[in-house]
Amino acid sequence: MQREHRGFKFDWITITLFLILVGFGWLNIVSASHTGEITSYFDMSQPYGKQLMFIMLTLALIVIILSIEAKFYERFASIIYFISLLSLIGLFIFGKNVNGATSWYAIGGMTLQPSEFAKFATSLAVAKYISDLQTNMKTLQDQLKTVAIIVVPAILILLQNDAGSTIVYASFFFVFYREGLQQIYLLIAVAILLLSVLSLKFGVLFTAILSAVLIFTIYFLKRKKRASFLQPIVVLVLCIGFAFGVRTFYDSILKPHQKDRISLWLRLEKDPEKLQQMKQTILYNLNESEKAISSGGITGKGYLQGTRTTGKFVPEQHTDYIFSTVGEEWGFAGSALVVILFVALIIRVLYLAESQKNQFSRVYGYCVASILFVHFTINTGMVMGLIPTVGIPLPFFSYGGSGLWGFTILLFIFVKLDSNKINEW
Amino acid sequence: MRKLLLLSTVVIVGLIFIARLFYLQVYNQSTYNLYEDNAIRKVYDYPKRGYVYDRNGKLLVANQPSYDVMIIPREVEPLDTLEFCNLLKITKEDFKKKYDKAYHYSPRLPSPFVAQLSKEDYALLQEKMRKFEGFYIQKRSLRDYQTSIGANVLGDIGEVNNAIIQRQPYYKMGDLIGKQGIEISYEETLRGVKGIKFIQKDRFNRDIGPYKEGIYDTLPEPGKDITITIDAELQAYGELLMQNKRGGIIAIEPSSGEILTMISSPTYNPNLLVGRNRSKNFTKLYNDSLSQPLYDRGLQAMYPPGSPFKVINALIGLQENVVTTNDKFTCAHGYRYGNRKMGCHGHKSPADMNLGIYESCNAYFANVYRRIMDKYDTPAEGMDIWSNHVKSFGLGNYLGYDLRVGQPGKIPDAETYNRAYGKNRWYTTFTLSNAIGQGEVLATPIQLANMAAAIGNRGYYYTPHIIKKIENDTIDSKYTTPNHTTIDKQNFEPVIQGMYDVYNKGTAKYLQVPGIEICGKTGTAENFTRIDGVKTQLTDHSIFVAFAPKDDPKIAIAVFVENGYWGSRFAGRIASLMIEKYIKGEITRTDMENWILQHTLEHEYEKPHSGKPFKINGESRIMTVNEYELEKQRKININTQTVN
Repeated sequence: MQREHRGFKFDWITITLFLILVGFGWLNIVSASHTGEITSYFDMSQPYGKQLMFIMLTLALIVIILSIEAKFYERFASIIYFISLLSLIGLFIFGKNVNGATSWYAIGGMTLQPSEFAKFATSLAVAKYISDLQTNMKTLQDQLKTVAIIVVPAILILLQNDAGSTIVYASFFFVFYREGLQQIYLLIAVAILLLSVLSLKFGVLFTAILSAVLIFTIYFLKRKKRASFLQPIVVLVLCIGFAFGVRTFYDSILKPHQKDRISLWLRLEKDPEKLQQMKQTILYNLNESEKAISSGGITGKGYLQGTRTTGKFVPEQHTDYIFSTVGEEWGFAGSALVVILFVALIIRVLYLAESQKNQFSRVYGYCVASILFVHFTINTGMVMGLIPTVGIPLPFFSYGGSGLWGFTILLFIFVKLDSNKINEW
Repeated sequence: MRKLLLLSTVVIVGLIFIARLFYLQVYNQSTYNLYEDNAIRKVYDYPKRGYVYDRNGKLLVANQPSYDVMIIPREVEPLDTLEFCNLLKITKEDFKKKYDKAYHYSPRLPSPFVAQLSKEDYALLQEKMRKFEGFYIQKRSLRDYQTSIGANVLGDIGEVNNAIIQRQPYYKMGDLIGKQGIEISYEETLRGVKGIKFIQKDRFNRDIGPYKEGIYDTLPEPGKDITITIDAELQAYGELLMQNKRGGIIAIEPSSGEILTMISSPTYNPNLLVGRNRSKNFTKLYNDSLSQPLYDRGLQAMYPPGSPFKVINALIGLQENVVTTNDKFTCAHGYRYGNRKMGCHGHKSPADMNLGIYESCNAYFANVYRRIMDKYDTPAEGMDIWSNHVKSFGLGNYLGYDLRVGQPGKIPDAETYNRAYGKNRWYTTFTLSNAIGQGEVLATPIQLANMAAAIGNRGYYYTPHIIKKIENDTIDSKYTTPNHTTIDKQNFEPVIQGMYDVYNKGTAKYLQVPGIEICGKTGTAENFTRIDGVKTQLTDHSIFVAFAPKDDPKIAIAVFVENGYWGSRFAGRIASLMIEKYIKGEITRTDMENWILQHTLEHEYEKPHSGKPFKINGESRIMTVNEYELEKQRKININTQTVN
């Protein structure tokens, strides 16, 4: 009896959203990558043909993931994590260099990017560690240990010169916070973000004055249990020190191209001639992608009718900049729909995660939602010019086998875990 | 609470993104315009501009291909400037200047970089053009004048300016548009409609195929050929006769209003205003303030018509029944009124209408004019009646012909004098000069020619026009509808007889052409200029108005020669020759032809600028071309001697 209903226990909302995103993504890849007439959708010399094959393989992969016993993932989490680390380390010996990043294995005519698979492996490890009965996220020791789990793959990826993928590991903050990290960390995280932006945009002196005013205002408002006067001064010194550090880091450590991206994002460059030059060089992609999106208008120019897409004006359009194709050809209607679909998928995963009885499943679900969210935010934000350029793909949408498979495994392990929650009883 | 952090962040980010998309795609988005999409190359295909033929089918204006190097500044990529400049034969500084100018106009719209390349330069450049991104070659067609005559009629085409582009979006920077003459009057007919191709580009500026399979592309619509009413042979002959003289000739076919010739002298070769040198040559012509070759004296010169206007007063007198052909008036070398006198020359007295016309008696017309005015209770009423009659001959306002330049002339009415003297504070004697075509009356040569046509037609005229035929089209109906004068047909005969007698026994009897019955009227117009702020009289203008033959006229003509003195001296001779040329096709009065060709008026035109005192009219010497050349040579010799 139980066996017969097995298929219906999967969360079909998640699966449907996944299928829509993958399908719609592929349609846009066709538009962004086709040159001239499309003879066959299975044309393996064209990105859309390859992506179609990747999608077929993905469906097989889903069947495999869903047929494996749910307990397997929890039990083998550590092993999967270590294999993943090994695959990252192996890149230093066997890796293939593409565009300055050593992130690929070349197997036959195919390339595999282990960092795409490291995300689900790390998520499993984090979920496994946090759900251990002996782990208490409120203690500093366990906090450091969990952080170590994510820092190791993050550093390995950073060493391969793939800064974009490294940033994704910051998404685990949401998981830690959900699982009991103290409020103060959130405050510190927000403070760090604000201080960085302020010191770069308005300078260290302004930041220092503003921090002083804020800190002492809060201090005097909380008159009742007045702590030592030393406390706010220490905080202030830390703030100023940090602001100074950010400035130094920006001025002397960041590479010129990274500096330019931040400078453009915060509009630091005032010289119009230099700005124009920057726009035509490093900002070229963004400029073109924004133009493509704007030109779409409300309803878009129609599928396969985008003039900027057809003319290949946006470089890397079928990979990182795929969202600009949606913007141009489907207009506001289509691109807003994609945003809504992503938000819906993430919220659905969050909702399911919260409903898990098993802490491992819940933490893992949270990892999935956070990673998807960070990817979606950074990629889409970048393509529409809200966030400095960071080269990471849009989940399920962007062209690429490793990425598609990495995200599929990430999501469907959770679908499997979720389907198993009745068995927990 | 902890559960809500990620959830709320997701929702907020989603909302921010949708807001951003709304800003980019809806709020900040003007409606999509294919023309402004720089992913689409717009290739214009300029149609052939219509040819121009004369009334006998002779080709006057054809086309020649020309190639412009166009620039779209924003699309320019770093290039080998030295090579490019060498190919275009410009310097590096020119390059920078031209680039800045184009960028200033618009970084994203094409503008001409180097206009009208020679065929050799084009051939060299064409092969290398691919190397220079942001530049392309635009083929256009320039005018190719098959003749050196009629610059004032044929006009020219030139590059559109910014003001035109603003008003008429059809035109893009670098397009050519009619600037003068028929080119501007029939711009849309001659121009046709350019075709456009939309071509999808890629980011390397390469063409990758027609946009949407070319569904928005249009084919060029060729310009229509036109036939103009000008008789090229007569025009050429007239320009020859007008050499060394300034003035205008207008000849009209009375039965249709077609303008047979339209001469303004001095003129220029229309080929000067073609191609790369157009702007240089135009400036030169424009700045020639002494001979003013761009000033169309046939259409724009406005002068008191003098005696030819008298026949109008005779017609009005008959129409108003205030005079009969037999009424006689005495002339004692003039007409006295009050303590003033309007002078006249010696002739038989008293004069009836016939004599009055052919001897051009001032006293006769002063009497007729007074009778017209005195018929009505007040001078104002009489004045307005008179004014209406005169205006019905197409005088006193723009004629409505199909060329852009012109002057309205002037015919006074009661209002004119009310304004000058105060309401009803003037009398007929104040306005008596109108009787002999002086005073407040002003007319242009084309108005006088049209007046002659109306008289020759015995009471109606067709609005003069230059267009005869448009390929596959009809001409404006206003040119085929007669305009009637206020004078009854029978009143014309005695006046026409008078004009005939001008040739037969009057002021133009030495200008007779055997075998052609010409009716004409001489005229002289006093004129003044300012020299160092002093009003100075110059030799009179020579005016002649005629039509021929007397019955069923084929040609009506007005000739106007600046400072030619009395009417029959220059203008009359030229008019007779033109009439003979047109009607007979050959010249029998070669004596008259030689006289005109041999005589010059250049010395008259130099007088006001010579800085020396000078004599005018009868005291001035008439000069042949040879004498003039000798005189000039002598002056140079004297000057050289003085220097030595």
